[in-house]
Amino acid sequence: MEVGQMQRRLLEYTKSLFMEGVLDNQFLQLQQLQDESNPDFVAEVVSLFFADSERLLNDLTRALDQPTIDFKMVDSHVHQLKGSSSSIGAERIKNACVAFRNFCEEQNIEGCMSCLQQVKQEYCLVKNKLETLFRMEQQIVAAGGSIPMMELSF
Amino acid sequence: MGLKTRKNHCHSVALKVNEQMGTKIGYTFIQSNRAWLPKALVLWIMGMAFISMSIYRGMDEENKIRRKEVLGSMCDQRARMLQDQFNVTVNHVHALTILVSTFHYFKNPSALDQDTFAEYTTRTAFERPLLSGVAYAPRVVDAQREQFERQHGMTITTMKSEPSPIRDEYAPVMFYQEPMSHVKSLDMMSGEEDRENILRARATGKAVLTRPFRLLGSHHLGVVLTFPVYKSKLPPRSTVEERIKATAGYIGGPFDVESLVENLLGQLAGNQAILVNVYDMTNASDPLIMYGDQNQDGDMSLLHESELDFGDSFRKHKMICRYHQKASTPWTALTTAFFLFVIGLLVGYILYGAAIHIVKVEDDFHKMQELKVRAEAADVAKSQFLATVSHEIRTPMNGILGMLALLLDTDLSSTQRDYAQTAQICGKALIALINEVLDRAKIEARKLELEAVLFNLRAILDDVLSLFSEKSRNKGIELAVFVSDKVPEFVLGDPGRFRQIITNLVGNSVKFTERGHIFVKVHLAERTMVKTDAKDETLLNGGTEEGVCRSGTGQFNTLSGLEAADGRNSWDKFKHLIDAEGFQSNASIINMMASNGGSEDVTLMVCVEDTGIGIPLSAQERVFMPFMQADSSTSRHYGGTGIGLSISKCLVELMRGQISFVSRPQVGSTFSFTAVFGKCKEYVFEDIKQSKSEDLPPGFKGLKAVVVDEKPVRAAVTQYHLNRLGIMVKMSSSIKDASSTAKNGDKFQPDIILVEKDCWISGEDSGFNAQLLDWKPNGHVFKLPKLILLATNISKDECDKAKAGGFADTVIMKPLRASMIAACLQQVLSTENKRQAGRGVPNGSSFHQGLLRGKKILVVDDNGVNRMVAAGALKKFGATVECAASAKAALDKLQSPHCFDACFMDIQMPEMDGFEATRRIRQMESKANEQMMNGGSSVDGTAKRDELHLPILAMTADVIHATFDECLKCGMDGYVSKPFEEENLYRELAKFFKSKPLSGA
Repeated sequence: MEVGQMQRRLLEYTKSLFMEGVLDNQFLQLQQLQDESNPDFVAEVVSLFFADSERLLNDLTRALDQPTIDFKMVDSHVHQLKGSSSSIGAERIKNACVAFRNFCEEQNIEGCMSCLQQVKQEYCLVKNKLETLFRMEQQIVAAGGSIPMMELSF
Repeated sequence: MGLKTRKNHCHSVALKVNEQMGTKIGYTFIQSNRAWLPKALVLWIMGMAFISMSIYRGMDEENKIRRKEVLGSMCDQRARMLQDQFNVTVNHVHALTILVSTFHYFKNPSALDQDTFAEYTTRTAFERPLLSGVAYAPRVVDAQREQFERQHGMTITTMKSEPSPIRDEYAPVMFYQEPMSHVKSLDMMSGEEDRENILRARATGKAVLTRPFRLLGSHHLGVVLTFPVYKSKLPPRSTVEERIKATAGYIGGPFDVESLVENLLGQLAGNQAILVNVYDMTNASDPLIMYGDQNQDGDMSLLHESELDFGDSFRKHKMICRYHQKASTPWTALTTAFFLFVIGLLVGYILYGAAIHIVKVEDDFHKMQELKVRAEAADVAKSQFLATVSHEIRTPMNGILGMLALLLDTDLSSTQRDYAQTAQICGKALIALINEVLDRAKIEARKLELEAVLFNLRAILDDVLSLFSEKSRNKGIELAVFVSDKVPEFVLGDPGRFRQIITNLVGNSVKFTERGHIFVKVHLAERTMVKTDAKDETLLNGGTEEGVCRSGTGQFNTLSGLEAADGRNSWDKFKHLIDAEGFQSNASIINMMASNGGSEDVTLMVCVEDTGIGIPLSAQERVFMPFMQADSSTSRHYGGTGIGLSISKCLVELMRGQISFVSRPQVGSTFSFTAVFGKCKEYVFEDIKQSKSEDLPPGFKGLKAVVVDEKPVRAAVTQYHLNRLGIMVKMSSSIKDASSTAKNGDKFQPDIILVEKDCWISGEDSGFNAQLLDWKPNGHVFKLPKLILLATNISKDECDKAKAGGFADTVIMKPLRASMIAACLQQVLSTENKRQAGRGVPNGSSFHQGLLRGKKILVVDDNGVNRMVAAGALKKFGATVECAASAKAALDKLQSPHCFDACFMDIQMPEMDGFEATRRIRQMESKANEQMMNGGSSVDGTAKRDELHLPILAMTADVIHATFDECLKCGMDGYVSKPFEEENLYRELAKFFKSKPLSGA
């Protein structure tokens, strides 16, 4: 595929992520932080986010499986997840976390369970999308083009 | 987080609703017994009926008793009288018997004959009114019959006028009263009745009576009275035999009972009312009537019986009285009882009605209360909804704006670029509107908190003016600002919100004004309040009342010469203000600050005066209501949501002030508001003056200028701006004046002459140029004064003409702003100092990069991703970043001596939160500082500094003001919101690191 076309596709894809609310401004901020001295910054952060989130989701699943649920712990996990998701700009996860914490506060087990499911879904979605995004970037780099992301700064 | 707090709010609202519902349980007595009300009414009515009945009965009973008593007494009285009269008669008859016995039997021969008897009895008849007559019949035994008949020459006959058959004895009538002649020689013993009577009379020796019968003569009912006559005196206790033996004859007479009683009753009062019957009750089972109607008419229910004693023990008589008419209906009792009942009924009904009413009112009250609670809840819900929706709209809008920005960065044709730019502008307008709505919602939810920072009021006003300068210039409106010298240079308050109010008011004015001026004035409120006399108050909103027009030409002494709505803003007042304050040098501000340092607050009065279309009188009261515009056509013509003024009002109230306005349609509006600001302390003031002071270049101090303007208000504004630059100003009303003062060798040698465009145009014809030329040579020693034209708008032609006419130097376009004037003057005077060239806020990535170069920063966050992002962002600024995953790790790293220049601290962390960590760090520092003080400068590297103080900045997603306060309280220095935004981060960092490299360099 031609590089220019790939670049356009990447841009369009990115745009769609914004339109769908998967990502928000914060992701742009993140991309801005990436420069020559730190070329893989976004990818690093995102992979850290993935690792972190998976751990947290596992913890959460386990915590909610317990016969007596420690809501305080659940809340702190969700807080963590919310913090990291808002840091990378995964807006939908963040929003799901907000609802999750509200249920936590009410100690509503069913609400928590459904929220966990939702968070997991959102997480999968973001993960897929971001992985696609990175793959596209890598393809562009492999094809010898530059990633047009840098123009996004405004 | 925002969502969470909103949720909490929801709870609290629900709670409040519950509480208010809870108060409803406090029913009153009536309310709780409402079901019993009708029953109580019925009971009451029944009770009243019973009471009325008993009262009626009581009264009726009393009536009856009285009636009975009256009847009794009347009856007794009649009986007694009858008896008395009867007895009198009986006594008299008794006397007659004695007469007969005395004169007929004791005298021999008899001294009595028929004639004597007749005469005597007739003449004494008045003594016996009841007897129609008397007769005497001697006792004649059968043996003496013939002798008797012979002796008296008569034959004894029976009642039927036949010769009497032979009997044991006879009682022929011998003497008689005249009317009784028909009984002569009748044998009284021949009648069964009479015979019995006679026998009884002689046996008892007393008067006896027959049973009643119809009398022969009158056919009245009557009785016959019989009295025995004895031959000899009888002993007082004589036996029956003795009496019979001694009997000589009998005297008798008929009693006309009927006429007797009739006469008697006729003499007594009240005989119409009662019926009297007299009975012979000898045979109790068969009473014989003696008097009265046999027919039982009259009131049979009430009788009174009185015993009559006529002296005959054998015969019993009785008088029975009845009322003639039945007892009349007892109207008094009836009406009394009835009225009592009616009154009771009414009272009961009134009470019932009142109770029902109370119940109803209480019901309504509860209903209203509930509705009120619901309405309030709905209002809160509305605000929340607005806030939520606005918030939700903002997020995608940010996306849209971001995309538009991206789009504008790409290669676009000019049309595309135009479209995109328009879209972006619209988007920004939408965001601004949403922010307004959010503001309003925040204010309503009482969540808006005002900042309290020092700010320069004049700079803000200049900023606002510059915002609208383009528009006002296009419209040809004069836009000016004037701040009284008494107003401190720096005040403590919320500059953003202050600017918002001013922007709103000025924006409105610009929107609605097509000609004339918009004038923003700021002065101390206390001063003007004293000056505002009652006379002016009457003018407010009064309409067309004149008195504002002060000069004869129809010109007004306002900024543009057009009439303004508020008379108080006229030149007279304004001059007063200026005079009172005096236009001294800038130094006076400092003096004043020093002298007024005591009080902490300063109340400012801000007026925004325009000569626009004004507000229709009908709409004036709705001006501050949200979403209200003067009328619907307004929004069509001018746009806008009408929310701005209501926000302004709220903000002003938050600033402890009041907003009001005076408006006259087609004349203009003047909005004024007061606001309370804190004064900064003197010692702080100096600091700030150095670091934060206006960006006005100080190079103009001591320059002298002449302002040529015929309008004093406008001149005062120009003077104000020039004074701010430190330029001494002289005013003159025309160019002629100005040049003449210059010529007269005045010491005041102006460096600059500022001429108002109006003056120039009017002066042009009168040889303006010549005068200027006159002037020019006068400044021989010094450089020539620079001529500057002040204009609101100027056409190309005029501009050329001005240049030709001597204004080669420059034209300053209004609205005037100190910084702009400074820039122009700099250009004109071509001053050598060019230091202000780059004094603006440094911008651009290159600067960012350098900001933290060489700095070592510690990032403390338990969240790995956050840590990494923060580190990334800081690295971008050139810093060396180290991370700590927990507060404990951070504390270890910060054991002094350490080499960190700053620390970013997450607040919400497990085990130890950011606040606690900061407190510990500060403890460590103070300990180290003490040691240093004691042990001298043993710690290398830090010895140069006076004290250890690591800047600690909080990182939190929580953007509530209270959190910020908390941060400061525990010793943090600043506050960065998460997630990081480059600009935001830069702004915070710049506070700490900007001054150092500059001062160090």
